[in-house]
Amino acid sequence: MTLTIEHLAAGYGNRTVLSDISVPEIEDGAFVGLIGPNASGKSTLFKTLAGLIPARAGTIRLNDDDVTHMRRRDRSQRFGYMPQAFGCNALLTVFESVLLALKQTSGWRVEAENLDQVSDILAALGLSHLSNRGIADLSGGQAQMVAVAQTLVRAPDVILLDEPTSALDLHHQLSIMTSIKTEVRRHRPVVIAALHDLNLAAKFCDRLILLRDGKILADGTPETILALSEIGETYKVETDLERTTRGALYVDARLSA
Amino acid sequence: MSINVSPAEMRQAYASQVMRRYVMIACVAGLLLLSFVLDVATGPGHYPLSTVLEVFADPMSHGVRLKVIVWDYRLPVAVTAVLVGALLAVAGAQMQTILNNPLAEPFTLGVSAAASFGASLAIVLGFSIVPAVGGLLVTTNAFFFALLTCGFILFATRLKGVGSETMILFGIAIFFTFSALLALMQYMASEDQIARIVFWMMGSLSRASWEKISLGTLLLGVAIPFSLLRTWPMTALRMGEATAESLGVDVARLRVEMLICISLLAATAVSFVGTVGFIGLVGPHIARLLVGEDQRFFVPLSALVGALVLSLTSLISKSITPGIIYPIGIITSLIGVPVFISIILSSRREKLS
Repeated sequence: MTLTIEHLAAGYGNRTVLSDISVPEIEDGAFVGLIGPNASGKSTLFKTLAGLIPARAGTIRLNDDDVTHMRRRDRSQRFGYMPQAFGCNALLTVFESVLLALKQTSGWRVEAENLDQVSDILAALGLSHLSNRGIADLSGGQAQMVAVAQTLVRAPDVILLDEPTSALDLHHQLSIMTSIKTEVRRHRPVVIAALHDLNLAAKFCDRLILLRDGKILADGTPETILALSEIGETYKVETDLERTTRGALYVDARLSA
Repeated sequence: MSINVSPAEMRQAYASQVMRRYVMIACVAGLLLLSFVLDVATGPGHYPLSTVLEVFADPMSHGVRLKVIVWDYRLPVAVTAVLVGALLAVAGAQMQTILNNPLAEPFTLGVSAAASFGASLAIVLGFSIVPAVGGLLVTTNAFFFALLTCGFILFATRLKGVGSETMILFGIAIFFTFSALLALMQYMASEDQIARIVFWMMGSLSRASWEKISLGTLLLGVAIPFSLLRTWPMTALRMGEATAESLGVDVARLRVEMLICISLLAATAVSFVGTVGFIGLVGPHIARLLVGEDQRFFVPLSALVGALVLSLTSLISKSITPGIIYPIGIITSLIGVPVFISIILSSRREKLS
């Protein structure tokens, strides 16, 4: 399944946030990092793709299907969107909260197959030991992992993750990104993740899209994008792209003098 | 230290959890049946349980007098207690979910106060909102004002920037407004009318009738499937609005649909029995502690617990002083509240330990 975005525009009320967003074909199995400073339009782009806010212009295509005006329920089956907000006080277990995500689109009755899907995804993300825990008792990081599980369990064609690692410690950042990468290899969805950590983006993503003020500034491999002078300008810092002795890309950033 | 749990163990754990929930629902249903039978068997006239049960099976088996007592007096009251308890608890449960506030219920949102005002309007001025209702004047007026208040709540939730705390503040504002209007009505009323208003407000099952029961059953019969069809979106809403929306739930539409359903339930219940606070709070709360918030179990159990509590209240109201039936509104508050608080505190202790 390939995702194509052409001349997309969106906003809230009379404020236009995104204008003329065009992303040429994202192949299935691609792990795309969406980077850009706060308020650059990353969340708005996700919400527009997920159908939570209407596109004002342009088209979104999955393969050759125009999905721009697809109904929200159908859309949510093809676009799995993980928003930034988590944490709630509901008396539900982790297992139940992942099950409810699955059951939004798969009929009323809980089938044996559904239980398999839920337990498999919890195992894949290393959340097995939390299965029976109440979601209200989770730490911020654990809640974020559960939110990722809620998105992945639906096996959507496109997975949109809004800062999936923002509340995670170093170990869990790497482990969640690795799990997502494994998922990408297994089911070959398109994954777009908004990331603030450029080094994490460099390590895991095949392609980076740089967003600023609701426009796409650059689109390409991590190596080319992170080397651009626009990175520094966009984030209002000075950057150098280096290679570590192990060959990994490393963005060295400091405040401009 | 994370203990490794296999997928099979996770499925097993979930399956046994579901089984425990069915058992829990069956237990409460059993208790409700017991309470219902005792409620029918209790009253100013003392008859053995076996006699009452025989009259229940065959109305004329012990003569007309017993038929009238059981079928025309005790049964409507007992059934109304179960029905209204269920209506109030389901309304409370759903309000709490859609407004994301554990304090939401018909009483705290001012629906009961509005109904009381509607009733007083009928009692004092003989003024009817709906023309030509005859004997149901008081009930119809109460229903109309309760529905009006629900409509206002519905409207308020659509306003921008109205959070769940604001909703409760709205409820308090509605409560005070209608209390003031009610006081005005009482000021204008004659002594006899004041007595009727006060009696109405205390909440009583003695206004039960088979017509009201059929109407209430019909509503509950529509409302339960209506909410069961929406159990998964409603459960998702408990994860927070943003998560529910991201899962494809049209939250705004779900709120409107559910509020319309709840409005009918709450307005019906309140117009039947007057002010009975606390059932809409205690039913869902106990249900939540017993089965969590998967709405497939939570909503039916809320209904059962609400029905059980009001049925027990009806039983107690007849048993304190033989021959006197106390208004249920007083009983629910005086006995129910301490019990409720002890439940909250003990469950808190369990959670902390």
